[in-house]
Amino acid sequence: MIAEKAVQQREKMDLTFRQGAKDCIPTLLGYISIGLAAGIVGVSSHLSVMEVALLSALVYAGAAQFIICALMVANSSISAIILTTFIVNLRHFLLSATVAPKFTKYSLLKNVGIGALLTDESFGVSSSKIAKGEPINDRWMNGLNVTAYVSWIIACTVGAIFGHLLSNPEAFGFDFALTAMFLALLVLQIESVLPSKLNHYLRLILYMAILMIVLSFLVPSHVAVLISTIIVATIGVVTDK
Amino acid sequence: MSIHYPTLIIILGCALVTVVPRIVPFLVVRNIALPEPILKWLSYIPICILTALVVENFIIQTNDNVKVNWPVIIVVIPTLLIALKTKSLSITVISGVGMMALLRFFLLS
Repeated sequence: MIAEKAVQQREKMDLTFRQGAKDCIPTLLGYISIGLAAGIVGVSSHLSVMEVALLSALVYAGAAQFIICALMVANSSISAIILTTFIVNLRHFLLSATVAPKFTKYSLLKNVGIGALLTDESFGVSSSKIAKGEPINDRWMNGLNVTAYVSWIIACTVGAIFGHLLSNPEAFGFDFALTAMFLALLVLQIESVLPSKLNHYLRLILYMAILMIVLSFLVPSHVAVLISTIIVATIGVVTDK
Repeated sequence: MSIHYPTLIIILGCALVTVVPRIVPFLVVRNIALPEPILKWLSYIPICILTALVVENFIIQTNDNVKVNWPVIIVVIPTLLIALKTKSLSITVISGVGMMALLRFFLLS
C-alpha cells in the first residue's frame, strides 16, 4: 500500500508541465538548427521577418515551410502550394491517431491543443515513453509541445533576422541533427520491444528501408513516407503472431 | 516588416491543411472506440515513421534524378552505434552533428 502510494507520488512528480519541458530539451538542437535554417530560407525567398514569424507560428512544420518557400520562389499557384503542404503534412494524421487514444479522458479543448502542436519530434518522444510502458498525461504533453513550439518560433524568427549573416548552416552539420534524433528515437523505440518481438520489428524496419528507397525513384519523398508506412504497418499486423 | 495579402492567404491556407490532420484523430477517438486491429496497426506506426524519417535522408531527389546522399549514410553508421550504446537522445544528436561537421570539413578542405 505504501509502496503503491510512493509509485503514484513519483508518477505525479514525473508528469508535470516542467518535466515535459525538460524532456523536450534533447530535441531542441534539432528544432533550433532547422528553425534557424527555415528562417534564413524564408528571408532569402523574399518573405519579411513578420511573414516568417507568422508562417512558423501558424504552419509550424519544418519540411512544409521549406517547401512553401521553394514553391513561392518558383511562383507556384496558391492552390498548388496549399495542396502540396497538405500532402507533406498528411503523415501527422498517422502520428495523431497513434497518440490520441492516450488523451480521450481530457476535455475537447485540451485534445485540440495537444493535437495542434504535435510534431514528428514530440510524437517521437511521447511514443517512446508510451512504448516503455510509462504513463503520459496532458500537463506533461503540453510541457513538451509548448517548449518545442516556442523554441521553433524563436529560432525561425532569429534565423530570419540574422539571415544574411549565416549563409551556409549546412557546413556546421546542423542539418544532420534531425536525422540523428529520429535514429535515436527509433533505437529507444526498439529497445522497449519485448525480446520475442524483436525480430519481427527488425524485419519491418528492413522492409521500410527497402520500400522507401524503391519508392523514392517513383514519387516525392513525403509521399513515399506515407505509402511505405501504411504498407509496412499493415504487413506488421498481418505477420504478427 | 510587412505582410503581403497573397502571402497571408498562403500562410492561412497552409496552416488550415496542416492543423486539420493533426486534430481530427483526437476528435474521432473521443467518440469512437477503435477496434483491436486498428489499435494494433497504429502500434506499428512509430517504428515505421521513424525509419522513414531516417531513410528519407539517404537519398536526394532532384527534378530529374535520384542521388545517394553518401555523407548521411556514412555518418548514420557511427551515430547508430552511439545511439545503441548510450540510449541517449542528446548525446546521439550532438555527436551526430559533430561527426557530420567533421566529415564536411574534411570533404571540403
